[in-house]
Amino acid sequence: MAKKTTRSSASPREPEGPAPTPAEVAALAVCARHGNKPDELLEILHDLQHQLGYIPEAALPVIARALNLSRAEVYGVVTFYHDFKRHPIGRHLVKICRAEACQAMGTDQLCRHAERSLKTKMGGTSPDGSVTIEQVFCLGNCALSPAVLVGEKLYGRVDPQRFDEIIADLDKVAAE
Amino acid sequence: MTTVFVPRDAAALSVGADEVAAAIAKEAKKRNKDVRIVRNGSRGMLYLEPLVEVETERGRVAYGPVATKDVPGLFEAGFLDGKPHSLGHGLTEEIPYFKNQERLTFARCGITDPLSIEDYIKHGGFEGLRNALAMKPIDIVTEVTTSGLRGRGGAGFPTGIKWKTVHDLPAGEKYVACNADEGDSGTFADRMLMEGDPYCLIEGMTIAAIAGGARTGYIYVRSEYPHSVNTLREAIDIARRENWLGENIQGSGYSFDLFVRRGAGAYICGEETSMLESLEGKRGLVRYKPPIPAIEGLFGKPTIINNVMSFAAVPIILAKGGEFYRDYGIGRSRGTLAFQLAGNIKRGGLVEKAFGVTTRELIEVWGGGTRSGRPVRAVQVGGPLGAYLPPWKFDVPMDYEEFAKIDAMVGHGGLVVFDDTVDMAKQARFAMEFCAIESCGKCTPCRIGSTRGVEVIDRIIADVDREKNLEVLEDLCVTMTDGSLCAMGGLTPMPVLSALRGFPEDFHKPAPNKFLADAAE
Repeated sequence: MAKKTTRSSASPREPEGPAPTPAEVAALAVCARHGNKPDELLEILHDLQHQLGYIPEAALPVIARALNLSRAEVYGVVTFYHDFKRHPIGRHLVKICRAEACQAMGTDQLCRHAERSLKTKMGGTSPDGSVTIEQVFCLGNCALSPAVLVGEKLYGRVDPQRFDEIIADLDKVAAE
Repeated sequence: MTTVFVPRDAAALSVGADEVAAAIAKEAKKRNKDVRIVRNGSRGMLYLEPLVEVETERGRVAYGPVATKDVPGLFEAGFLDGKPHSLGHGLTEEIPYFKNQERLTFARCGITDPLSIEDYIKHGGFEGLRNALAMKPIDIVTEVTTSGLRGRGGAGFPTGIKWKTVHDLPAGEKYVACNADEGDSGTFADRMLMEGDPYCLIEGMTIAAIAGGARTGYIYVRSEYPHSVNTLREAIDIARRENWLGENIQGSGYSFDLFVRRGAGAYICGEETSMLESLEGKRGLVRYKPPIPAIEGLFGKPTIINNVMSFAAVPIILAKGGEFYRDYGIGRSRGTLAFQLAGNIKRGGLVEKAFGVTTRELIEVWGGGTRSGRPVRAVQVGGPLGAYLPPWKFDVPMDYEEFAKIDAMVGHGGLVVFDDTVDMAKQARFAMEFCAIESCGKCTPCRIGSTRGVEVIDRIIADVDREKNLEVLEDLCVTMTDGSLCAMGGLTPMPVLSALRGFPEDFHKPAPNKFLADAAE
């Protein structure tokens, strides 16, 4: 178990080692912002992913030391939750609801349309690297199904045509 | 000056509420009209979103669903004076969908500015907490017990008993935790309340903290609800500033502070012990019970865990008394439930009614049938672990015990409607697939059983050794029901078996004789 350091004296690596990478620096800063509290691990991972787009492998030992956890514990959490990405994804993350209420309104066709038009499978990224599509189970918009979440923006009653409009607008919205 | 209300609820935003609000502001400026736009919560008539309301002398007048292109026409027609328009519905409070509800928990939702404490107090907010602050903690517990309130998250455990367990334990570090991991498809009541009346949840949790002797509380919100997270965080900051949270609340001597924690896309974290693990920053693995969380909960300390809807029912119980709340409902299901009409439904939305209303009333009277216009074939009640009801079961009253009798559950009150194009074998397969994806993996019946379940149903659909495989499926369902650690694996057989029994023709079996089935009910 790597429970060597205490919370207050956490440091990314031994002083004589090579200079820390940007990911390591970022991870350390996020942990510090959360008081290096192990119960805030999920919030830490959310914040780090928000900053870097994913959770780089190099960040895991840094977080483990800062929170006085084992690397296995941090790895276990990162891999348990669907939200956390271990590799870079597209510029936009588009989550399409595949749960029952959306099934009743044709989300299966919508998913197939999305896969065809973005030339990737669910969970994959379009060849131009702009969009990652992902299935999700319920966005809480079940009276206005099918629902799609892009970043933090929710869309309701999304048919294939509206989906294409949303995708076409992505970079425009991001630029605003 | 005219006040115009445009909801800020995520569902309203999902169909363009922000754009409509901007268009109204722009058009008003162009026409030199003095308009104040209030971003309220949703009234729950989601089929009318974005629902724009205008304050007039007669009351608030509703227009919806409004698109940005309708805005100039609305001004032209004189909507600022509440004049008729093709999108007009008259007074909001007189719309039958709204008028015929029994709004206790959602009394304020959609009426107030969700973040205005002034609005909240003006509409009866903090009356319950004010009463609670003057009561002995045990009397608060008694009031909640009297109300007959049962856990609204789905399990229906009496809230008063849970609170009494925590109350009776010796003083020390105790917690209040709110389960806002509303992962069930077809449910959005928690989200609507968190975004439309967040102080109601804060008030309910504060009352629970006083009753149980806790000083710290957590709200575990799923990451799929970014709007709820933001609204709650803002509301908590404001409540702290106004001394409705924090040290020595309103000079009462009680202290309570509240924090929002985000989930990370794991359905299982809606299970209470898995949620506790997640709140502690760990993998959301289900815990063995006992010990129950009321005795050893968050960080091993006594914890009151309730769903958003349970906590949100508490303020009115303390404001008007447990007996007032108990007078609603039937049998052992007391009070009201926020039913959520979802899926293929013409008028989807939230309907708060006393227990006793039937599925048929909800989907026909309120819902108006399917959105596709085709006949209703099945309704899944109570989330992805709830049963699929065929139409001849639509007249059973919504009541925890009555639903248990027909091998179904009321759950969180979500109704997902399917028309006659649904393939029930596919739905049964999905229930198993969902369990395989979302199982925490701790117990074998759930982890392995769900994967085997998908395979067996695939064979049945492909008509390979059908009779044999149907037997295997039934057997597997028994193992999962009896052998799983929590409700995830334990209840997955419910949608599967209900689909198999209610819609055998989709599994290559003869259709049931409806007359015989009716007689048997």
